[in-house]
Amino acid sequence: MEIAIGLILAACALGAGVCMGIGAIGPGIGEGNAVSKACEAIGRQPESKGAVTSTMIMGCAISETTGIYSLVIAILLIFVAPHTMVNILLKALGR
Amino acid sequence: MKNKNRAFKAVDILLLALTVLPLVAAMVIKILTAPPTEGIQITGAQIYFTIPMPIQDLIISEAQVNSALIVITILGLCLYLTHGVRAGVETKRQLLMEWVVEKVDGLVKENMGEFFMGFSPFIAAVLVLSALSSLMALLGLFPPTSDLNIVAGWAILVFILITHYKLKGGVGNYLKGFTEPIPILLPLNILGEVSTPISMAFRHYGNVMSGTVIAVLIAAALQGLSSLVLGWLPGFLGDIPFLQIGLPAVLSLYFDIFSSCMQAFIFAMLTMMNIAGGFPQELYEKRKLKKLSAK
Repeated sequence: MEIAIGLILAACALGAGVCMGIGAIGPGIGEGNAVSKACEAIGRQPESKGAVTSTMIMGCAISETTGIYSLVIAILLIFVAPHTMVNILLKALGR
Repeated sequence: MKNKNRAFKAVDILLLALTVLPLVAAMVIKILTAPPTEGIQITGAQIYFTIPMPIQDLIISEAQVNSALIVITILGLCLYLTHGVRAGVETKRQLLMEWVVEKVDGLVKENMGEFFMGFSPFIAAVLVLSALSSLMALLGLFPPTSDLNIVAGWAILVFILITHYKLKGGVGNYLKGFTEPIPILLPLNILGEVSTPISMAFRHYGNVMSGTVIAVLIAAALQGLSSLVLGWLPGFLGDIPFLQIGLPAVLSLYFDIFSSCMQAFIFAMLTMMNIAGGFPQELYEKRKLKKLSAK
């Protein structure tokens, strides 16, 4: 019994870590690309700095979305999942 | 200023009180109901009471109360800033308000076009509500935007607006839009339609929430480090977490102020882009002409 609950907690913690770690790769690469291109554009045309910056921030926010999804899943795994899973286990064992 | 008689000033003070009192009330409620905490704790909104309902109990939580209070604050602020506005009189607050209105009008015109100019009050309301809700964290209150329910409500409102403006091109055309470019993509198109409010809500909620969580974690880590490194100091000096000075404040500058304003701006921008982007301008004008000729 204790081993089962411990396994659930360990799996939740591991899952949250892996989810956040892998989920952050994509947005990181995407935002890096966006910012580097924006820097190039500003270097080429310094007078268009305002427009480029605001567009870049919008693009960053949108490409960040997938990272935010993985963050939400990680938060659920840490704060919500263990409780629910242990309850399901206890119910299945009839206690 | 000869208009400023005693009654004018009295109303001013009343309106300022309307602005400040909800925040004070929120603090008082927080102090009265906050449970004693030890160490680090990352919790969601505190539930004040539940109202039994047929399908599901209605939960009144900290987030809902705080968002209602911030609405009253914004109402008071708007009434205060627009009190005594008239053509020609150039008081400081009138100039400030005119600047705000001009900026929002320019933003809406730039991103949505002439047809949607009526939207600028709504966009301004979304901007101010979102920004001030997140900035409530500076007062130590629970920011309503770090509760998914609140932002999901806003996102659903925006989704209804998007659908309403898409339907202006005709119901048939709206339904036909799901089978483009090829009918096989129908499920994907429906998924894409539904994911708009979900992604808007999650983006806002996740950004504000992650800031809170990271701030708490770093404060706790610094406390631990401080007691490890400086714990040998005699007496009460050893208990003071000296390492907590500085870094959390800088982080708060980023997570609380910059990130809050950023997310408010992004939420408003996405609202504008989604509403204006989904609106079928040509079809709407065609339908309008048809209706006019039918009459």
